[in-house]
Amino acid sequence: MGKRAVFYLALVIFMLVAPFIFPVFKTQLATVWLMIIVALTWDMTGGQMGYNSLGNITFYGTGMYVAAVVAIALAYDVGEYTGSSGGGIYKFTEGQYFAGMFLGMLAAGLFCSVVAVVIGYITFGLRGPYFAIGTLGVAIAAGELVSNWEWVGGGQGIALPVYPGDFDDGKVLFYFLFAATGTVLFLFLKWLYTTRFGAAINAIRDDEEKAEAMGIHTLQYKLATWAMAAFFVGVAGAISAFQLIHFEPLETAYQTINLGIFMVVCALLGGKGTLWGPVVGAILFHVFKEVTWTYLLGWQWVALGALIVVTVVYFEGGVVGWLMERKPHWFSLPAKAGEAAGDDPP
Amino acid sequence: MEQFASNFGLLLQFPIVNLKIIIDGVMIGALFALAAYGLALVWGVMNVKNLAQGDFVIAGGYICWWFAQKGLPALLGVPIAFLVMAGIGWVVYKVVISRVIDRDLFTTLLATFGLAIIMAQMLNLMFGSDTQSVDLGYDTLYFMDGFIDVPIAKLLGVLMAAVLAIGVVLFMKYSRMGQAIRATAQDVRAARVLGINTDKVYAFTFSLNAAICGAAGAIIVMVWVIQPFYGITHSIRAFVIVTAAGLGNLPGVIAAGLGIGVLEQYGAHIFGIGYQQAIAVLLLLLVLVFRLLQQRRVRQSLQ
Repeated sequence: MGKRAVFYLALVIFMLVAPFIFPVFKTQLATVWLMIIVALTWDMTGGQMGYNSLGNITFYGTGMYVAAVVAIALAYDVGEYTGSSGGGIYKFTEGQYFAGMFLGMLAAGLFCSVVAVVIGYITFGLRGPYFAIGTLGVAIAAGELVSNWEWVGGGQGIALPVYPGDFDDGKVLFYFLFAATGTVLFLFLKWLYTTRFGAAINAIRDDEEKAEAMGIHTLQYKLATWAMAAFFVGVAGAISAFQLIHFEPLETAYQTINLGIFMVVCALLGGKGTLWGPVVGAILFHVFKEVTWTYLLGWQWVALGALIVVTVVYFEGGVVGWLMERKPHWFSLPAKAGEAAGDDPP
Repeated sequence: MEQFASNFGLLLQFPIVNLKIIIDGVMIGALFALAAYGLALVWGVMNVKNLAQGDFVIAGGYICWWFAQKGLPALLGVPIAFLVMAGIGWVVYKVVISRVIDRDLFTTLLATFGLAIIMAQMLNLMFGSDTQSVDLGYDTLYFMDGFIDVPIAKLLGVLMAAVLAIGVVLFMKYSRMGQAIRATAQDVRAARVLGINTDKVYAFTFSLNAAICGAAGAIIVMVWVIQPFYGITHSIRAFVIVTAAGLGNLPGVIAAGLGIGVLEQYGAHIFGIGYQQAIAVLLLLLVLVFRLLQQRRVRQSLQ
């Protein structure tokens, strides 16, 4: 077995046993996976395609709402259910709960893909900072509109049924749902970036006019990439909806300045435009966030803002970008002349 | 829906209501235009899109509010906010902006977004999250049998905004530094060749922008309300105005500023105050889409 295989095997084993060796941190570990998913999907457009979106959180919130509506609609009338704002007695059988959850996840993913195509059709004509601000506007507008929409609970949000079994088992289930989604996404991207499709979106990042001149239908590639990203974010949102049980539009679902900006910071911290960057960044960022939340309470947001500024201003390539420069052979990259570290002296 | 329709019907039934909404919109829009002018300045000269613009406004408002709390005349808060924010703007330029100015635009956007978060949270920690305003204690003028009410404080606010705007325009036109700023905006390399210290020009421009925002915020706290997290909405408004008007187009900025003020008042009247932020954002999207269609006609993209 090569070194690489051992590394991957160790990772998989750690992933499988992590919730059992750190039983207190089950929800924290699930959140790390959530951060990995959103950072990886952000990097699909931001890092690989050069379209820096600040509005991917739209899909997270939309996924939450779609999943909740699907799960409720299987058993009850949605308007009545949300109208009672948790006051009425609504029981869900185990079958209804799981059917709602899995159908909800699927519906959320597919619906978000459609939303991405629709929004993308309008916004992909915008370049650079206009695209970022435009998508940020979409996310804020979506949150504001949903919070004024009484049918889905308005500003109060939706309360979903609780996991029918043991509470702790539920935490383990949500961990593995996130972990499975994240793993599928990672393997999918690992494959995707080696294909012609990956080369095409990199071409769009490097020079869109030339890519178009070479015969790449840039709009189709952009829409397809964003739709794929939105699918995974939507699924992650659906899992979050069931994990959190209750969510409301502005602070939880369309949390523009929380998760919406965290995913960008994760990707930049780890190194955007690389496969491992968002993963490493998400883990580091989550640890930093939890430490500041615990020890710097009150100042945690200032610390986070400072982290954003320091990352983008002083630490452009991110962790993986820095490693790539120092240890190119880890990434099977050709070492730059004179900078090779040890392995094969000139 | 019925609610919206009846609100809309009210406008047709009593045309006088329209006049009141337009007057209110113009008065608040003048302040939006001021902040947007600062953004257009930084955008045009340094090519930095400052997402912390609204937070500069709110910070200026809090400086004025703090002085009023200490028993000092609130009107004095406007020049003080101008000066203090000029200092803060200079520090921000030296620490952050000067290091990202020649990098790609998303980097500056994100750096200023981080700044916006820091500033909003600092204000929240220092002054609490309640909405605040300063009452100048002036009377309200009534016209048309009391249908139209114009608080003198608001009139004074518009007047101060106008004085400040005229001052800045004259400064840009006739002073040595103003000329240097305009030269740098036209061609950085040529300006350097001709002996202009462009780094100094950038620092000055950015701190002038922060100062304009600070003064605008100090006026806003006297005629409206502020809250630590209202900054992002002000930033978005400034972006709407500049995107609609284009760079280096002062009459356009004023017209767009007044326009967005009036449209927001109409939106708040028809849909209710809960939609105010949504309306600002939707206007941004509308303006972006409109500009996009304009560009598409000549097969170009908005960049």
